[in-house]
Amino acid sequence: MIKQELCTVIAQNKIANNIYELTLQGELVHEMTEPGQFVHLKVSEGYDPMLRRPISIAEIAPGLSHFKMIYRAEGRGTVKLSEKKAGDTVDVLGPLGNGFPVHEVKQGDTALLVGGGIGVPPLYELSKQLVKQGVKVVHILGFQTESAVFYEEKFSKLGETYIATADGSLGTKGFVTNVIDELKLDFDILYSCGPTPMLKALESQYRHKKVYLSLEERMGCGIGACFACVCHTGDDPEGYSYKKVCSDGPVFKAGEVVL
Amino acid sequence: MSSLNISLPGLDLKNPIMPASGCFGFGREFSQLYDLSKLGAIMIKATTSEPRFGNPTPRVAETSAGMLNAIGLQNPGLEKVVNEELAWLEQFDVPIIANVAGSQEEDYVAVAKRISAAKNVHALELNISCPNVKTGGIAFGTIPETAKNLTKKVKEVSEVPVYVKLSPNVTNIVEMAKAVENGGADGLTMINTLIGMRLDLKTGNPILANKTGGLSGPAIKPVALRMIYEVSQQVSLPIIGMGGIESAEDVIEYYYAGASAVAVGTANFIDPFICPKIIDELPELLKSLGYEHISECTGRSWKKHEKAAYYCS
Repeated sequence: MIKQELCTVIAQNKIANNIYELTLQGELVHEMTEPGQFVHLKVSEGYDPMLRRPISIAEIAPGLSHFKMIYRAEGRGTVKLSEKKAGDTVDVLGPLGNGFPVHEVKQGDTALLVGGGIGVPPLYELSKQLVKQGVKVVHILGFQTESAVFYEEKFSKLGETYIATADGSLGTKGFVTNVIDELKLDFDILYSCGPTPMLKALESQYRHKKVYLSLEERMGCGIGACFACVCHTGDDPEGYSYKKVCSDGPVFKAGEVVL
Repeated sequence: MSSLNISLPGLDLKNPIMPASGCFGFGREFSQLYDLSKLGAIMIKATTSEPRFGNPTPRVAETSAGMLNAIGLQNPGLEKVVNEELAWLEQFDVPIIANVAGSQEEDYVAVAKRISAAKNVHALELNISCPNVKTGGIAFGTIPETAKNLTKKVKEVSEVPVYVKLSPNVTNIVEMAKAVENGGADGLTMINTLIGMRLDLKTGNPILANKTGGLSGPAIKPVALRMIYEVSQQVSLPIIGMGGIESAEDVIEYYYAGASAVAVGTANFIDPFICPKIIDELPELLKSLGYEHISECTGRSWKKHEKAAYYCS
């Protein structure tokens, strides 16, 4: 169920260039059912900025009522968020949206988790849950450059982890798709979150595979009421049928919506 | 005795607070958060005769104390709205104000006729002020004669009172209000959004795919207050005021300007519980200001000592 709560900042750490890891404490953690859901944050009181900011959930620790988010501080809202210190509060609305279906794979299967940039964070909780289920996970994480890379070690503890950077400063030079081609990886299911061109490439390359993609779009309300983040559906690409990224997604089965 | 119940053409409301059209969908999302029966009324998303997908994304952009939107009247079309959305809303004890839109006169008339016959629709809101569609919408709301004629046509077929939603994108808002009053409008809702735009620093292009969008939120509150202040002194129609309302104090300010009820729009996106919060806070605020009933506040900025027109005990 969606809750609104003033959550307390437990920790805020800069973990890469412009990338922050924020840990919050709040009862709404117990409403988080799937990896890949997001929360809508009011980063400051008043009008600067006025709207909430959708941020994906990177890790859940229900025992402590903690959850983590990893975000890039680049706009007015996220820069303000990065100034929050332990003990401060953040107005959180959530959890929102539908996440990655973890029961689409069974014990012993292999799941390929492909993330690009700030699309990497929700894959961490996903990976943890898959590993708990006995699924073999392989991570392919793409970044612009070495200074933007985060969580390589944490992902490595859960399964094989490959890094690609656009400038070649770490791991394979190029895109995540180059890594997959190079390694000739086979898998039972693919989960991905990242820039749209990357999702498009994965969708067209693995048409006959089970693929789930998490989308990003500018949002207003985050709960499905404002119709800001709609996209066409795959079976009616020019017509009137639609899905809302915030409340029908952000995770969709490949082909379900037009990227 | 409630200090909030009000009576307007077609509308006997337990309180004067309602979500504004386009900011509340058809209520389904918010019904998971609170009981919709708590609301004075609901202004549902604009309905057109045929389904509309609306504009490409991005459809929203933020600005200081406001937001721009260019949704483009996305809706499932008249039949689905009546058979699915309005039928679903019947489970709540709340009157519906149906926002009627179109690209030509015939569309408006067709939608008004059918939707006004729905059991829970107690009034229409004639949308002649949407700034985000290529044809229709605002085109009907900037020329007084056109607005008057459309109001007349819709009045002829509507089974419930018709409120006309005015656009602030005009030189003389009083002239527009008088025109629709002459066309037979039963009330006014004001204001719709102001046309604006924002540009992307890196690309130099407009942020919105539609290039321009409608500005809403606290940024437009002074504009709305000024327009309601002017119009309420010149026409005798009741006004449902809107534009950046996000607190009980804002509601009183709108009443002082001349409103007889208010709608909450953008604030629903920031705090989805804002409508019930305002409803809960209003009685205490009224009491602290020395009023027994909210209708005493209508037009106080210019009426001074007169008793408000829409008083009900």
